Amino acid sequence: MSQMVRRSYALARLPNFQPEGLPVSRLLMILRILALLPLAVALGGCNYVVLAPAGDIAAQQRDLVIISTVLMLLIVVPVMALTVLFAWRYRQSNKSARYEPEWDHSTKLELVIWSAPLLIIICLGALTWMGTHLLDPYRSLDRIAANQRIDEATVPLEVEVVALDWKWLFIYRDYGIATVNELAAPVDRPIDFRITASTVMNSFYIPALAGQIYAMPGMETKLHAVVNHAGTYKGFSANYSGAGFSGMHFAFHGLDDKGFAEWVAKAKAAGGTLGRSEYLQLEKPTQNEPVRRFASVDADLYRLILNMCVEPGKMCMSEMMAIDAKGGAGHEGMNNTLPLTYDKYARRGTALGPEPTFVAGTCTPDAPQGQTSAAIKAPADTTPLLGAGLKRPTFTPLKSTSFFLGQRPKSDS
Amino acid sequence: MSTNPDLIKLVFGRLSLESLPLHEPIVVGTFGVVALGGLTLLAGLTYFRLWGYLWREWFTTVDHKRIGIMYMILGIVMLLRGFADALMMRLQQAIAFGGSDGYLNAHHYDQVFTAHGVIMIFFVAMPFVTGLMNYVVPLQIGARDVSFPFLNNFSFWMTVGGAVLVMMSLFIGEFARTGWLAYPPLSNIGYSPDVGVDYYIWALQVAGVGTTLSGINLICTIVKLRAPGMSMMKMPVFTWTSLCTNVLIVASFPVLTVVLALLSLDRYIGTNFFTSDFGGSPMMYVNLIWIWGHPEVYILVLPAFGIFSEVTSTFSGKRLFGYTSMVYATVVITILSYLVWLHHFFTMGSGASVNSFFGITTMIISIPTGAKMFNWLFTMYRGRIRFELPMMWTIAFMLTFVIGGMTGVLLAVPPADFVLHNSLFLIAHFHNVIIGGVVFGVFAGIGYWFPKAFGFKLDPFWGKLSFWFWVTGFYLAFMPLYVLGLMGVTRRLRVFDDPSLQIWFVVAAIGAGLVFLGILCMLMQFAVSILRREALKDVTGDPWDARTLEWATSSPPPDYNFAFTPVVHDNDAWWDMKRRGYKRPLTGFRPIHMPSNTGTGIILAGLSTAMAFGLIWYIWWLAAVSFIALLAVAIGHTFNYHRDYDIPADHVVRTEEARTQLLAGAKS
Repeated sequence: MSQMVRRSYALARLPNFQPEGLPVSRLLMILRILALLPLAVALGGCNYVVLAPAGDIAAQQRDLVIISTVLMLLIVVPVMALTVLFAWRYRQSNKSARYEPEWDHSTKLELVIWSAPLLIIICLGALTWMGTHLLDPYRSLDRIAANQRIDEATVPLEVEVVALDWKWLFIYRDYGIATVNELAAPVDRPIDFRITASTVMNSFYIPALAGQIYAMPGMETKLHAVVNHAGTYKGFSANYSGAGFSGMHFAFHGLDDKGFAEWVAKAKAAGGTLGRSEYLQLEKPTQNEPVRRFASVDADLYRLILNMCVEPGKMCMSEMMAIDAKGGAGHEGMNNTLPLTYDKYARRGTALGPEPTFVAGTCTPDAPQGQTSAAIKAPADTTPLLGAGLKRPTFTPLKSTSFFLGQRPKSDS
Repeated sequence: MSTNPDLIKLVFGRLSLESLPLHEPIVVGTFGVVALGGLTLLAGLTYFRLWGYLWREWFTTVDHKRIGIMYMILGIVMLLRGFADALMMRLQQAIAFGGSDGYLNAHHYDQVFTAHGVIMIFFVAMPFVTGLMNYVVPLQIGARDVSFPFLNNFSFWMTVGGAVLVMMSLFIGEFARTGWLAYPPLSNIGYSPDVGVDYYIWALQVAGVGTTLSGINLICTIVKLRAPGMSMMKMPVFTWTSLCTNVLIVASFPVLTVVLALLSLDRYIGTNFFTSDFGGSPMMYVNLIWIWGHPEVYILVLPAFGIFSEVTSTFSGKRLFGYTSMVYATVVITILSYLVWLHHFFTMGSGASVNSFFGITTMIISIPTGAKMFNWLFTMYRGRIRFELPMMWTIAFMLTFVIGGMTGVLLAVPPADFVLHNSLFLIAHFHNVIIGGVVFGVFAGIGYWFPKAFGFKLDPFWGKLSFWFWVTGFYLAFMPLYVLGLMGVTRRLRVFDDPSLQIWFVVAAIGAGLVFLGILCMLMQFAVSILRREALKDVTGDPWDARTLEWATSSPPPDYNFAFTPVVHDNDAWWDMKRRGYKRPLTGFRPIHMPSNTGTGIILAGLSTAMAFGLIWYIWWLAAVSFIALLAVAIGHTFNYHRDYDIPADHVVRTEEARTQLLAGAKS
């Protein structure tokens, strides 16, 4: 792990840096370099990965950190200087300083003290608005590096990320492989991460590559990033997730194309399959898990994890939401729950109230549980499903296209 | 006979001998020390026959001054506990390198950092701030007590009840292992099936009742009990910030209560508000808890701002610069503090427009805060600054807080937050504003108002020693964390494998050690001051040549605060009175109507704590019995007709006479 980050790499590269995505004047650039100088001197010997990342997204985020800091120093430094100056000059023993005990108002000064921070916040606010939109993790990349537009023909590398207790699972669906606690990507190829978790909240973070995004059960987050420099970097969970949290880190390899092909081949050679039952084994809590590789992986596994229905017989969230969107299954739906006889690892026991339950999957012959084809198709008849003993509602049913209007579907299936 | 498991379960719930952490030598050792100390204290109280005195004069008191002092004592006691947790964490992180597992296992370490956060916010910072407001606000507005004196006593004991539950979790069972905000699903029953999270929930619920009620009480007091002539724009700035803080308390604590209630429903009866399936959403918890959590930081820091305003103006011997803009800045901060909560979870996948909206509102808060900073600066300008301890804390605050403010605005830029969120940079930031702002403020306030409360000043030597240990310790402890954050080190890690990081953690641990010396010096300062109280005595009641009404009365003030309600003509009321040659009235005293002490508050709080204990351990009979008793005592109290009494005129005459003689003695 010693070559995690090339030291001071970005510091040396700064003068050539052209932040295309952000409207930054040359002046700010010069200020930034000036501000970095003392940092570079004082901090030269360490791995300031946030200040010297290897990926373009993280580099742009680093730039924002530095520009904002310089902007604020414009007001913070004078305030600190004035504090010391006034404290010294108007000390009690200095009888030569003016003393005006009744002076408590000056409209001009008031204007200055409100407008000076305001001006800085206006600049910073504009910068924030632009930067937040341009660096939105959900937004696909439009450049590989500062002066390199993205090639339309490039196919992004798709990686599905699952935070488990307490390890990371990476599924490369296009290559049919999966790895635990090891991630690799070719240099300069955009990476599309789709991220979820099996049990509790984690945060997927590779400081050298891009900012973090939470990994949450039953929900999907996305991250678009690219690594510009080959090397091995550190990735980890940035949100505390329980006893094994400290050991929940992985290596991220930025490789050239040849190296990446070899890496994939290594996984292929490792043998082993990651199917539903293997996943349920893997999902059980373990700490400080070593790197593991699977030569083949159930192509539907990520969708099942995301919809929390890897366990056989459990209804997928997407299915449940589709039924609910059609008005729900009425009283029949309430009967379609089974006592929970298993759990991730702890008994989901409750003190009072009913035994814990889950909703059983409703199998249909043309789309049995777990098949890739089990995408939700809107049926021809869009009237709500009818529960036992319920009258058919009188309102006009929604058109099938507007089911998800105003709500974000939890999965693409 | 004892082998019937159902009966045992009925009587003891989940509580068993295994619940006692007898296998954790550190905890057993701590328990030994605490038990020994506690027994000595109890024996001492019994030997010196102090129980009756404590019960009559302190536990049952409805006097806002005594309740304020008790809040401060609670804060100091809990500070020792919270700081012990901090030292343990710093030590663990300084040694857990190169394959070493440190000395704390995950089970223990995860409780330590959770308890540290909960204790420092709820049972250190809150009691300190509430205590100062309780003591000072009625005096500053020329009132004889708060609006609802009994409620004040009850609120205090509920806060104590919460603190007792947290302390209990150390020795009976365990505390939460979830981080101080207990995000589900981790905090839900599936992943935290033991009592830790239940201790967390009920400690905060019990203390939360106290906080909310004391908020209502102080709002009423400030709105209704101001001395004649004190219009809103003539209120001292500390009273203004207290008003805004209490508005924030009343508006935000119910959200905390509700979100914790929903979490307990999830945990106790299997609802699905915050589960991942069955339509629940853990993100809703995060959303709700930060709607409380963000105003909370302003609840803490606004009174500190008020203290700095009073201290700066007093020790500069000068009117506060820009009183009006100071008030407006406070009000603007109060309103804006409700519009920024989402900045605590930019990284949970909100859209760019939502993120930038909340980022920009957060930055806007820095404008009124900056204006305040300038106002203090220009209060010092052309003043005559006396560098007594409170003023030293203020200067330290001004230099420290701007750094914390700057890193805070930096974290409000969402793309910057994506790389710094949850990192040690964030930890450094909020300690920078909470220690640099709230803690320094509270210490300034203690140094400033101590002579008012006890009639003698604090010893400056130990105070200055404590100051320098605190300030250098703070910088040594937290500047390395900024650096580590920029190296991509995240929070709450127990072990590390990159040896190059160790030096920074060692420096931070040394810093924490210095802060510990600072705390010891502060305790020493109290002890030395009490011993030297004759030498440090102040009989004037106005040792700092101050400006607001609390300095118009004696130190310590009599039970009734003011023999005659003062009339206010200026926002620096006492300064104005002194300037116009105010003469203390010496005749014409009349009986003064005052509230009577009552034990109901402490009894109700005790029953609430017992009920919480029953609910935590599933000892249902205990919960039910305490709840019924709670109702009975509360209803019974409504039939208590001995709620007030009159201090007879001759008693007032004697008290005021004594003061006249003291003042004459001071002049001669």
